[in-house]
Amino acid sequence: MSGARDHSHDHGHGHAPHPFQPDIEDAPLTHHQLLALAVGELLVDKGVFTGYDLRRQIEDMDSRSPASGAKLVARAWTDAAFKDRLLQDTNKAAAELGIDAGTIPIMTVENMPDTHNVIVCTLCSCYPRLLLGLPPDWYKSRAYRSRMVREPRAVLAEFGTAIPGDVAVKVHDSTAELRYLVLPMRPTGSDGMDEAALAGLVTRDCMIGVAVPDAPDH
Amino acid sequence: MSVGKRFPVGARVRIRRAFPPGHVRAPWYLRGLTGEVCHVVGEFRNPEELAYGRNDGAKLTLYRVRFRQTDIWPDYAGPAHDTLEVEIYGNWMEPAEEKAA
Repeated sequence: MSGARDHSHDHGHGHAPHPFQPDIEDAPLTHHQLLALAVGELLVDKGVFTGYDLRRQIEDMDSRSPASGAKLVARAWTDAAFKDRLLQDTNKAAAELGIDAGTIPIMTVENMPDTHNVIVCTLCSCYPRLLLGLPPDWYKSRAYRSRMVREPRAVLAEFGTAIPGDVAVKVHDSTAELRYLVLPMRPTGSDGMDEAALAGLVTRDCMIGVAVPDAPDH
Repeated sequence: MSVGKRFPVGARVRIRRAFPPGHVRAPWYLRGLTGEVCHVVGEFRNPEELAYGRNDGAKLTLYRVRFRQTDIWPDYAGPAHDTLEVEIYGNWMEPAEEKAA
């Protein structure tokens, strides 16, 4: 191989093969992964739904994103009557904007000058997936779930969110039938912005409550 | 059938100090503690039964209960006005004595 001559190794790597990136199948399935696969296959075999239906549903869940929640927040910032309806019945208010928030009731909690809300699910990882998409891994971690109820201000500070002592921190432990969405306060300096631009200020973390929207000139 | 609404908004309630096995939705860290009902959510089927495939149609009233963080954690590091709100089913709640603030 003449190429070896013009390929010297003073740049510090040899010809030993790189370690392979493990395939998905190289990690053993957990009990519940196996159970989900088996139940899915059984339901298809029994004709309860088809493989297409199953795939389509997974694709639909994967396509959900925080953009839906951000739209609701931006509308609430610009339309006080809509905000009242959002706080009253979030699923119904979402439908007004053509957003399917599903059948699980979602409760919107409003940040105020004297109250900051933050969401956690200590028992599992309940999350308003239809409005925010799939949760980030940290939301499901034991560290977040145990510490957010125990020392919320310290955890918020680690997210870069300092809540002044005169503002009450209200933690919502989402343990049962409701899902929660935080309605952040509209940042100062956003007066001239239209609804679409405002929605761009509203991130996933703001709607979980571990952050607040940046001012537009940030 | 339903167990009905036993606790109005504002009622002082204690989360039962019980530790049964199963699909229990009352968080461990709140058991035995006293809070205040802040919202009567509605009637829902009992998850402790549903989780095991039992569903006889009975429903429980679900409440949201507010706790002061300083009541949950004696060494809580934040200010006294910090709170925690959580959904609790009626079967986990009992009336609490009114205690002086």
